[in-house]
Amino acid sequence: MRVSLEDVDHIALLARVGLTDDERAAMRSDLEAILGYIAKLEQLDTDAVEPTAHVAELTTPLRDDLATNPEAPDAMVSNAPDRDRNFIRVPKIIE
Amino acid sequence: MSDAKSDYGAYEPVIGLEVHAQLLTESKLFCSCSSAFGAAPNAHTCPVCMGMPGVLPVLNRRALEFAVRTALATGCTIPPVARWARKNYFYPDLPKGYQISMYEAPLAVGGVVNVQTPDGAKHVRLTRIHMEEDAGKNIHDAHDDHSLVDLNRAGVPLLEIVSEPDIASSAEAAAYLRNLRAILQYLGVCDGNMEEGSMRCDANVSVRKRGADKLGTRAEIKNMNSFRNVERAIDSEIRRQIALLESGSRVAQETRLWDAERGQTFPMRSKEEANDYRYFPEPDLLPLRVDRTWIEELRAQLPELPEARRARFVAQYGLPAYDAEVLTARRDVADYFEAAVAAHANPKALSNWVMGDILRLVRERKLDEQLVIEKWPVQPADLGALVALIDDQTISGKIAKTVFDEMVETGAAPGTIVERRGLTQLTDDAAIAAAIDGVIAQNASKVEEYRAGKDRLFGFFVGQVMKVTGGKANPQKLNEILRAKLSA
Amino acid sequence: MNEVRSIDLSEPSSWTVAAARRALDRHETSALELARFFLGRSARLEPSVHALLAVTTERALADADAADRRLGAGESGPLLGIPIVLKDIFATRGIATTCASRILEGFVPPYDSDAAERLQRAGAVLIGKANMDEFAMGSSTENSAFGVTHNPWDLARVPGGSSGGSAAAVAAGECLASLGTDTGGSIRLPASYCGISGIKPTYGRVSRFGVVAYASSLDQVGPFAWTVRDLATVLGVVAGHDPRDSTSVPRPVPDYASGLTGDVKGLRIGVPQEYFVKGMAPDVERAVRVTIDQLASLGATVVEVSLPHTEYAVAAYYLIATAEASSNLARYDGVKYGLRREERGGNLLEMYRKTRDGGFGAEVKRRIMLGTYALSAGYYDAYYLKAQKVRTLIRRDFLAAFERCDLIATPTAPTTAFRLGEKTADPLEMYLSDIFTISVNLAGLPGLVVPCGFDAQDLPIGLQLIAPPFGEEVALRAGDAYQGATAWHLRRPRLASAGLGEADGEPRRVNSR
Repeated sequence: MRVSLEDVDHIALLARVGLTDDERAAMRSDLEAILGYIAKLEQLDTDAVEPTAHVAELTTPLRDDLATNPEAPDAMVSNAPDRDRNFIRVPKIIE
Repeated sequence: MSDAKSDYGAYEPVIGLEVHAQLLTESKLFCSCSSAFGAAPNAHTCPVCMGMPGVLPVLNRRALEFAVRTALATGCTIPPVARWARKNYFYPDLPKGYQISMYEAPLAVGGVVNVQTPDGAKHVRLTRIHMEEDAGKNIHDAHDDHSLVDLNRAGVPLLEIVSEPDIASSAEAAAYLRNLRAILQYLGVCDGNMEEGSMRCDANVSVRKRGADKLGTRAEIKNMNSFRNVERAIDSEIRRQIALLESGSRVAQETRLWDAERGQTFPMRSKEEANDYRYFPEPDLLPLRVDRTWIEELRAQLPELPEARRARFVAQYGLPAYDAEVLTARRDVADYFEAAVAAHANPKALSNWVMGDILRLVRERKLDEQLVIEKWPVQPADLGALVALIDDQTISGKIAKTVFDEMVETGAAPGTIVERRGLTQLTDDAAIAAAIDGVIAQNASKVEEYRAGKDRLFGFFVGQVMKVTGGKANPQKLNEILRAKLSA
Repeated sequence: MNEVRSIDLSEPSSWTVAAARRALDRHETSALELARFFLGRSARLEPSVHALLAVTTERALADADAADRRLGAGESGPLLGIPIVLKDIFATRGIATTCASRILEGFVPPYDSDAAERLQRAGAVLIGKANMDEFAMGSSTENSAFGVTHNPWDLARVPGGSSGGSAAAVAAGECLASLGTDTGGSIRLPASYCGISGIKPTYGRVSRFGVVAYASSLDQVGPFAWTVRDLATVLGVVAGHDPRDSTSVPRPVPDYASGLTGDVKGLRIGVPQEYFVKGMAPDVERAVRVTIDQLASLGATVVEVSLPHTEYAVAAYYLIATAEASSNLARYDGVKYGLRREERGGNLLEMYRKTRDGGFGAEVKRRIMLGTYALSAGYYDAYYLKAQKVRTLIRRDFLAAFERCDLIATPTAPTTAFRLGEKTADPLEMYLSDIFTISVNLAGLPGLVVPCGFDAQDLPIGLQLIAPPFGEEVALRAGDAYQGATAWHLRRPRLASAGLGEADGEPRRVNSR
């Protein structure tokens, strides 16, 4: 499975990970090598096999509809790197 | 209602609607924060809905109940298993960097919402209904290079209702939305307020030559915040697409925003790349197998739905279709009407009073902003009593308006008001005759003029008799006796 | 069965939870004395071992004080007054929780993980937060943003990962037990490399609430300690249903300690041929085979089984785990908490990129990229979906094998602890250290590791016992019986005696950080 630098750039953008040029090149060859190894899965015929998304054989547990959480905006926002009163502040979004 | 066939010439529009409805639960979909609107910034947040490290979602039972009831009310099938999925993208109002939604296995499929068209009833099929969490809010500060993020709304439960592209005109789209909203309101699951954003709508619009099989390229239209704007936006988009095709151009598959002020749609500034949401099954939540017994219990407890109630109002009360539609648009209004009829069985008269005076007052006082009108200006039993007083001739229709105004102001019962103010109608023939005699005696010249042919003066005499009797003379009797005396 | 004697602070081989319990209950020592002692151990050993990212002195003393008051009131409890360490992946209210990542440097959670809450309720004493591979991604603890941890048996070597700090803290004698997490072997591998016992319970046995997520369908919480008996004690405290974790199983927690009967007669031990591969260190293979023979001599029966899809496990794991991780780590975006890197006048996209570039280490970035790739449009079926199907095949292999045996015995790793820096050049080579442990996570099964020997360089070797779903009791019983008949778990690294009056116990600081 060939991985190109364009592939790396596209994935890096989807994942919002900035990479330096050196990192890009290393990432390209690492991904190619790893995907090359992973290709061995193609040896298996899995057409008739169901995927396992969850090993636990249960169904979704339910919670009562009660608004019991306390209001603590200051505590919740206190870890924010930039805040304006109780808002979280972020740089402008270019649409 | 516009006639779809003639509006767009050789083209027919093909429209599908995606509605997001905020559910009226106390708490959020996956945590116990309040989902109420209007709190101070970030007051309704916790580590879970803030997406802090290591937190996990736990499903709100009532949100699921609301979703199931909506599915049942629209005739959907609920498959044995539904699956939660992560929709991955980056945005400041999306704390986890993914939205928990449903993808390949939604909660419900295959329902229908009926719409009245000039050609009769039409079934708009539903593709699917699924549950997902809402995102927070970004507030763009005009003066600053920054945005402010409020996560109160992040995690509020949403129902996404997707229709098949069965809708054929902008008017049909608005009618679909109205009917869907009525269903949601009847169920008590959503208050359907588009202006406030508790119900949102996106439209997928394409056109094709009438009779063609293949679908045209569709554009997605967003940012329509009222039924009126939905209609205007879809209409504008249909015309835009037709114009493009007529001029030999092609319609681009894109997302466009409706600009209400300029009356047009504009393409959204394209993002760096079309979003690849990388959906995969949500590992923190297990497959959703809704208990079948519970589904049947909910089905049995469904209220009478708008369409059925509308039909019953026509059949049972003999109301015209228009009245039935107005009265059943909101469940609480329909309930009010029926309570009044139960107090006094004159449906048509009560319909007029409700559609007229009652709803006017309700709108003026903004009492209809909630899902259920809390304080009606007049109790239904009292309204019924008022109409009863008209029907048994105790008061005239005109006097009734005066009584009504006082009922609104003081909350007193109509009978009490009539007695206290001596508003009982005068129905005694002899008394009316005496009053008329008096007026005739006082206005001899006018009587002459009338008898000579000035018919208009009849109203003058009526007015004078009313004055003398303090407005209480029974109008029909007055007319009868006056006419008789004047012609003599 | 070993008779429990009271803890003797001058004798490292007595430093177990059971021994401390005896001494505390008999008021031969106090929680405060133990806390001070182990805090002192940390101070002495941390410059060489670096098992901990933070020593939580104030909290430890407060915990100890509270425990002593309860003990004074006549209360007892399995972990009351016991010094423990938590991997820095467990949210601890008011105490920094970093996952060994710059992107969470200084993050102080306003909530506790369920495990931390249970331990605190039980009266355990928190000595510190342990070093780990960043976001649990790694097999050696070399991927920490805050320095490597050194294996107490040989400071030039790795302790294993990703829970290397938690394992090293026990092995070095800085605490009596610790908690780690295991997604592909991250408890079992460090237990093996550090010569201690460790268990990854069945998926869903212990709540994941407050455990920073790496791969949600694979992560599990589990304890480290010297003895299997101690593991049973700690597991009994942290296991159990938590309504805050929807994948947490509502199944009653057995009294694990009472199942330690010492009896393995008739127990069928499956030995999978696929786990004895070429390229395994001969000492490791020998020790494991001898151990299996010993279990047989204790009354167990040995059965040959086959797990035919073993060779596909690493590939499937590195698609599923990285896909889930790429999504779980999207929340580290510089917006709400943690590191933010932005420039004056910069825009949001730049902030995301700079923050995540500066905040994540190379291995984390690699796995995020791989996971994003596996889920991306056009590749989902071939990668993620395919891997989930292979997962089904792997689980079926185990369930079929368990029809013929009660436990499966395997080596834990192909080698003993390797040198720091030895495998960092080739990510794939590092991934293959997990070859014996990964399948167990994919199948959601419990896996226990006990020390079973030493190689020619005196490095520990671990035996892995895999049980059927919720079969922890069987594995613990077999492990405990084995420890009753052997003494591997009583050996201590030389530096364990540091400061206790033995000249050659003093650790030499190694320049390999």
